[in-house]
Amino acid sequence: MTPASCQAGAVHNSVAVLLVAVFLASAVEMVEALTIVVAVGVTRGWRSALEGTAVALAVLVGLVAAVGPALVHYVPLSTLRIVVGGLLLVFGLQWLQKAVLRAAGLKAKHDEDAIFETQVADLSSGETRTRGRDSTAFTVAFKGVFLEGLEVVVIVLTLGATENRLGLASLAALAAVVVVGAVGAVVARQLSGVPENALKAVVGVMLVSYGTFWTGEGIGVHWPGSDLALLVLAAAYAVAAWLLGRLLNRPPAGAVRVA
Amino acid sequence: MAFGRFWLDFLVGDTPELLVGSLLAIGAAALLVHGVGVRAVVVVALPVLVLVTLVLSSLRARARARPPARSHDAE
Repeated sequence: MTPASCQAGAVHNSVAVLLVAVFLASAVEMVEALTIVVAVGVTRGWRSALEGTAVALAVLVGLVAAVGPALVHYVPLSTLRIVVGGLLLVFGLQWLQKAVLRAAGLKAKHDEDAIFETQVADLSSGETRTRGRDSTAFTVAFKGVFLEGLEVVVIVLTLGATENRLGLASLAALAAVVVVGAVGAVVARQLSGVPENALKAVVGVMLVSYGTFWTGEGIGVHWPGSDLALLVLAAAYAVAAWLLGRLLNRPPAGAVRVA
Repeated sequence: MAFGRFWLDFLVGDTPELLVGSLLAIGAAALLVHGVGVRAVVVVALPVLVLVTLVLSSLRARARARPPARSHDAE
């Protein structure tokens, strides 16, 4: 294999990891947003729920369009990599820590059914439904989609800007929105069957790997194998997180586990 | 204030140690590269420091999640 083909392979791997990370992160967040939108639609009516969703998505797309190119053009690459790498590290560690704690049984798993029931109960006990635009439904749907989507925007901006593939990252996020939305429309309810916790662990590993990689590049580290180091980092973090989950799951010495 | 609080909560949440640990890891890596001049060591040191942050934060979360031990005085 020539050095040029090896380099091309590494770039392809890097793009693949970027697309998978953005797609999975967006899908997980959109499943959570869908739960809120469906709860709003079922209890308060679909028109305002869908309007709130559409406006939130438009604002999120606007944020990417406004901030993304400015980041790429005006911030020096090494600074961008350190800041973005730091952000990805913090975000990724948060996702990964939650996944580890859930795997160890120390944190309740994300239960879309329970969240759906709570939302429905909250919205049903509020003011009565009105004809025309329902401001409560609009606001709850907007807030749900916007807040869940904001994390996706940060991931799209950070990964897309540092890899200089903002368009591809945005497309991967949009694809996730379309896929989750389409599946949600077909089954007409929240997607409680999606293995969110496993997906969050995968995304956490990818974000921490990217965060480590870009931070290193930003401060002047030359990773062995260039972009291929991303895959090595991801594998090492995945194994470490799995081991940590197993270790935390064991009761401390001398303790008796109660069923 | 509310805007700042929103972003602080968004970025830090209930795990400030992850932010502090990440910053310390990046700072230590930068010191090793630019202060000591050992770039190769950072290839291993940076991921290790990140993992140490994850382990310590998870142990802290486990300590908080575990119910307090029953006191002998109460028995």
